[in-house]
Amino acid sequence: MKTKFFVTLAAVVLAGSAMLVAAGPPAGNGTITGKVTYTGTPPKMKPIDMTKEPSCAKQHATPVTTENVMTGPGNTLEDVVVFISAGDAGPAEPSGAARYDQKGCQYLPHVLPMQVGQQLQIYNDDQTSHNIHPLAKTNQEWNKSQPAGSPPIDTKYEKPEFIPVKCNIHPWMHGYFVVLSTGHYSVTGQDGAFSLKGLPAGKYTVTAWQEQYGTQTQDVTLGAGESKAITFSFKALPY
Amino acid sequence: MKRIAITFALMLPVVVLLLLTSASPCLAQIDHNIKPVNGSAEAKVGGLTGHAAGEQQGGIMLYRRFCVGCHGPAGDGTGENAQWIDPKPRDFTLAVFKCRSTPTGTLPTDDDLFNAVTRGFDTTNMPSWRPLTDQQRANLVAAVKSFSPRWQNEKPGTPITIPAETPINIESVLRGRALFQKMECWKCHGPAGHGDGPSASTLTDSKDNPIRPYNFSTGTRFKCGTTNQDLYRIFMTGLDGTPMPSFNDVLKPEDAWDLVHFLRTLQPLTTQEASLWKAYETAHRSEIKPIGPDNGAGGSK
Repeated sequence: MKTKFFVTLAAVVLAGSAMLVAAGPPAGNGTITGKVTYTGTPPKMKPIDMTKEPSCAKQHATPVTTENVMTGPGNTLEDVVVFISAGDAGPAEPSGAARYDQKGCQYLPHVLPMQVGQQLQIYNDDQTSHNIHPLAKTNQEWNKSQPAGSPPIDTKYEKPEFIPVKCNIHPWMHGYFVVLSTGHYSVTGQDGAFSLKGLPAGKYTVTAWQEQYGTQTQDVTLGAGESKAITFSFKALPY
Repeated sequence: MKRIAITFALMLPVVVLLLLTSASPCLAQIDHNIKPVNGSAEAKVGGLTGHAAGEQQGGIMLYRRFCVGCHGPAGDGTGENAQWIDPKPRDFTLAVFKCRSTPTGTLPTDDDLFNAVTRGFDTTNMPSWRPLTDQQRANLVAAVKSFSPRWQNEKPGTPITIPAETPINIESVLRGRALFQKMECWKCHGPAGHGDGPSASTLTDSKDNPIRPYNFSTGTRFKCGTTNQDLYRIFMTGLDGTPMPSFNDVLKPEDAWDLVHFLRTLQPLTTQEASLWKAYETAHRSEIKPIGPDNGAGGSK
């Protein structure tokens, strides 16, 4: 029984490494960089009243706000996921687990990109119970309670999808899992900048996704070792 | 003359039939042609095999007769009666089900679906279909499975194990009460289980329809069964598609039984648990901390 297990294990390991060698995405050194901005008037983010959860309220000196349209100086857009949606060789070997924290009754980060099949670990750092409820449609929806001091929830997603995440106990908590079938992705910071590195020469479709404004795509043809800069501009509405 | 009359009489039904089958706008308003994604779905219930396909008694034909009015021709819960119904009829195309013996995020077993069709859902418009035969209900389970491709691509989860119930005593009820505070059940279900906790009014299901947490004072039955085992299963597996999460990963079996024993005291029932609690409450009125924020009975501070 035991021998059989080890033989199977060895076979799996061998097959796995063979696949890595054969089907691993070719390395490249091309880069696509750029910026995501908006035109128009974005909505004002509303302050969140956490008085019903004192253990969280006291963690925030100034009230935190909703995060569905985060902007920076110079009309930049934050929390936009920019990724290669076509032309990529496929998912890369993930560099480790994607980590999602519940801290101060907020999701950190607000938008968490990950690859299909990548390990996802969800931590509750608060002194209160949360229920973590990713509203998946393509993947299977689940909903788990995670009281204070529980070990992290260990999971993964098998299909690409933009999954809204909420906590039903604290209705203001809201975030996103962005499950991608590529290893080339980037989330914009407050400066709206993104950078997709290590791209071999080829024809790519680059997609930018913002939770309220949806997706935009651009086609980019990259020579060997070439760097190209592109920009995305979303039309912002005040509601 | 007579021959003409006979010919006409013979042709009349043909003409009427032609008129009926042609696309008459009056008849085309409601489309009751069932649109399964897998018309040959099957279900195994006990020794029976249910079939979605089949004339007259096949699951889809039975669905067309009994279910289409609410669940709709595509099984997506948008039948012609759906607009009058709350909670909304289940959308079978998502294959997300409340009452399961399997962990959250997995498909239910055929038995789970069979039990749901048989039992019906208390406090909803879904009646019990016990008047149908076991074979008919098994066929209906197959019909339910015909509407989502998930049933072809995924396997149902492994049902959670429910160990033997622990003894019912006041210590168990009190430990359960502390868990009701610590697990923050009261945030939705309310300090007295009346479904009026601070988050209750904000709750929505996964389709963004408002949904109420269970009010334990309203009755004696739950949507997913009536027994202590059913109650154990409900909060351990969670009700997928609703705000009710699974506690299977965070409660040990003995804790879960304590919680079951406490929940029984919230119902308008004369149970062993309720009388134990009543006696304790009368004797220790001054010591009992109310459930709720800050000064809970135990656990969260």
